[in-house]
Amino acid sequence: MKIGILNVQGDVSEHFQMVRHLHQKYDVYPVNVKELGDLQGISGLIIPGGESTVIYKILKKSGMNDRIIEMAKSGMPVMGTCAGAILLSSDTGDIRVTGMGLIGITIKRNAYGRQINSFIKTVDIKEIGKFQAVFIRAPGIESTGNCEVMSRLDGSPVMVRENNILAMTFHPELTGDSKIHEYFISMVRTVEME
Amino acid sequence: MVDLKSMKFGDELLKRGFAKMTKGGVVMDVTNAEQAKIAEKAGAVSVMALERVPSDIRAQGGVARMSDPLKVKEILESVSIPVMAKVRIGHLSEASILESLGVDMLDESEVLTPADPFYHINKRLYKVPVVCGARTFPEAVRRIFEGAAMIRTKGEAGTGNIIEAVRHIRTVSDGIYILNSLTNDEMFKVAENISKSYTNLRDLTSEDLYGESEKMPYNNVYYGMDFREISNEIFKVLKEIKHLKRLPLVNFAAGGIATPADAALMMKMGMDGVFVGSGIFKSKDPQRMAEAIVDATENYEDYKLLGDVSSGLEGMHGLDIAEIEKLQNR
Repeated sequence: MKIGILNVQGDVSEHFQMVRHLHQKYDVYPVNVKELGDLQGISGLIIPGGESTVIYKILKKSGMNDRIIEMAKSGMPVMGTCAGAILLSSDTGDIRVTGMGLIGITIKRNAYGRQINSFIKTVDIKEIGKFQAVFIRAPGIESTGNCEVMSRLDGSPVMVRENNILAMTFHPELTGDSKIHEYFISMVRTVEME
Repeated sequence: MVDLKSMKFGDELLKRGFAKMTKGGVVMDVTNAEQAKIAEKAGAVSVMALERVPSDIRAQGGVARMSDPLKVKEILESVSIPVMAKVRIGHLSEASILESLGVDMLDESEVLTPADPFYHINKRLYKVPVVCGARTFPEAVRRIFEGAAMIRTKGEAGTGNIIEAVRHIRTVSDGIYILNSLTNDEMFKVAENISKSYTNLRDLTSEDLYGESEKMPYNNVYYGMDFREISNEIFKVLKEIKHLKRLPLVNFAAGGIATPADAALMMKMGMDGVFVGSGIFKSKDPQRMAEAIVDATENYEDYKLLGDVSSGLEGMHGLDIAEIEKLQNR
């Protein structure tokens, strides 16, 4: 199974390595998704962290934005981390970035403040357990629609899932702990087997 | 797996992590809120606040300092992307002031007039990440040892001339190549050599006091560390580089990038992203130039696209390096 890693801007290689390390265990391998044609044949897609304004701009220009929405609506699992979560959301509260509307969350960009307010905290995630979550200029999830809240921090959701879409406001690719990537791969496998 | 609890510098992960989020992007120099908005709209991954762009610093001369805090605040309020700001080499107070203003990253930059002739800032003492320039492999290693979260080539800022950025990339890469062939003993010797610049002040003082023949001991030469501790730490950095076959940090190109083709060349040479200074706001059409450089950085091997975005763009007027005073030597 090919897992696409959106390679537009941001910490792409960290996700790439993470999926590559899981190659033998789950028979998956990562592929770089840089342009429209690269979306062909992938079973799941990861949208890494970075600058949501930059990633959004390039996604729109290349036509990838619409294609990702189409593929996700027809069932392909997509995981968004930090900026990726902003891009998947239904409301970003910011005209500079429009969400894809794939998951029912309202986002506030840079909710915790600037880089000086970035932090690492252990969160408890449903079906996954304890996880060291790295929040870097992280967005906040202000309200949720139909999605399932998988983890909260101080009462606010930090990881959510709605069917085939998984979003979190922190960076699971930075700590070397692959539990969240493994969870996402299991979502992809479930879809593949149906 | 990284055990965060046992990590000596938990902050280190946040600092390096922040730098990772800028990969594949363009950081643009801006001097006011209006320029910052143009940069953000064009797709800059971050803006760099400074008083004057390098080509103006070069033309006007005088002492170049950190930006007016009023301007920094204006820029911070005008955009949602991260804001970086330049601090003079070794200017601990400017660094703390900029940190307190809320900038997301500091650039300890040779473009400004240096404040300390002996030492760079101990970057581990700051909560915000710091990017530093490097011309050579030993320079990059020293900055990493001091706690930089990101490295960039120095290049020759304000010239619109790419040759120095290329020189610095090649020089650092060659250092990494040579490192790969060294034994541990040889590598330790290299570590000691790289550490020597931390004893410059002590050598000078000792010569003043005793003349050339006698040497003072090398204890407490840099933030309480003696020469042995420094070279041990530098040895660790070298081992990490050897293992990774690259610098363990995000590595950007800077200094002289003036056209989309220049940006593409930097990416082709393996850089993680680019800083563009005078190249944008000293060109004929800054908005178009900014967008073209973002496109070029993203699609650096799509030569048809590079041809399209470069068409009819007028780059800044360039300078021949031989005719000027080099800022990189600061």
